[in-house]
Amino acid sequence: MAGTKYRGSEIKDVDQFLDDSAGLASEREQEIGQHIGYRYDVNLVPDYGRLTPFLARYMEVMGWDDLNWLEDIHMGYEDGQAAVFDRNINGWVRVPKSIELPDNQQDRDMIARELLIKFQMSDRHPLATLRMAYTKF
Amino acid sequence: MAGVTGMDLRDMNQDERARALGMVSEQLTGRSMFVEFDESAEERFTYPWAPDVDYNRRTEFDTGEMSATEVNLKIRGLMAEGYGTIVVRNPRGRHSLGVGILSRLNLVFEGSLGYFGVGLIDGPNVRINGRVGWSCGENMMAGTVVVEKNAGSTFGAAIRGGDLVCKGSVGSRTGIDMKGGTIIVGGDTGALSGFMMQRGRMVICGDAGKNLGDSMYDGTIFVGGRIRSLGVDAVEAELTELDKAWLARKLTVNGLLPETGVGHFTKIVAGRQLWNYDNLEPTEKKLIL
Repeated sequence: MAGTKYRGSEIKDVDQFLDDSAGLASEREQEIGQHIGYRYDVNLVPDYGRLTPFLARYMEVMGWDDLNWLEDIHMGYEDGQAAVFDRNINGWVRVPKSIELPDNQQDRDMIARELLIKFQMSDRHPLATLRMAYTKF
Repeated sequence: MAGVTGMDLRDMNQDERARALGMVSEQLTGRSMFVEFDESAEERFTYPWAPDVDYNRRTEFDTGEMSATEVNLKIRGLMAEGYGTIVVRNPRGRHSLGVGILSRLNLVFEGSLGYFGVGLIDGPNVRINGRVGWSCGENMMAGTVVVEKNAGSTFGAAIRGGDLVCKGSVGSRTGIDMKGGTIIVGGDTGALSGFMMQRGRMVICGDAGKNLGDSMYDGTIFVGGRIRSLGVDAVEAELTELDKAWLARKLTVNGLLPETGVGHFTKIVAGRQLWNYDNLEPTEKKLIL
């Protein structure tokens, strides 16, 4: 099939990108020296049986029946460390090593959502500083 | 940043404010900025600058002869007063109504909207008791939008997050360039839906037009009816039990769950043949396309 060889590495294990930070598994990735695609399954839908109490309260406050935009938030991996992509700063925010990671992606995603909410709503988020400096209204 | 008061900032020009707050200008070198979560961060659910609105405080107004800008400023003003539920009567198909709302709010439009309705929103729950024109929910970040009737083309263009629902049918290029979020269509969708989709989920309860998911990079499209044709690099995938549970939940919440359930839905994903396209040699591009 045309183009098949250009695929990135397949995700086989939840710790794959913690154990191998470069993650250049496929032949094409090794050839070009860079990782292709996401380091987690972006299409993984949440398992609501694993919802945390914090996220349940967030849904209630916002008046939502589900996780809404957080359904797109997953725990990813950068330089061999767990991290979450924050669209508001267009960058990765790392998960402190002191936080113990569960052994499955669904529970890790719930932790990622919780950490991201707390960070985005805090005064230490870069958007808060940017707003102080540049807000027009 | 420490020691700078709001009063100090007010007396400064923009450059001085940026410097006082610790911001610097530098040439970008491609390296990542190191930011780490604070484990002990307090539990907050809204942005620090969001107005403190109460869903139980309700108000309504008629748009009368107001311009779109005046309507949007009126909504903003009511939120600043603490109203959490706002009903807008007679929107009269004006364009760009309800845009740029960046906090929680219940917003109801009693009538139809024109182009680019409720775009760029981040949090509110919007119900539109009418139809919408092109590009409803464009660049939406979070929240829910429910359109009770039909929608025009490019419904949910470049959506980043949240749930965008049309209970009727929508035009072509639904979810073009979508980068997240969920688009749900109770009826049919036109040609080139999911064009250049990068992630997120689209659920079409009825039929899908030609070239569904053309050039999609990632994301998932679920179709309950007939698919006229698939676009370049869109392929069928297995509908998992987790997918079924998620679909049933989403459709139930929006009152769109078919009597037959969700087992008949077709799942479409990217074939990933176009990944890393820029690294291909010109001759290889010809082979693929």
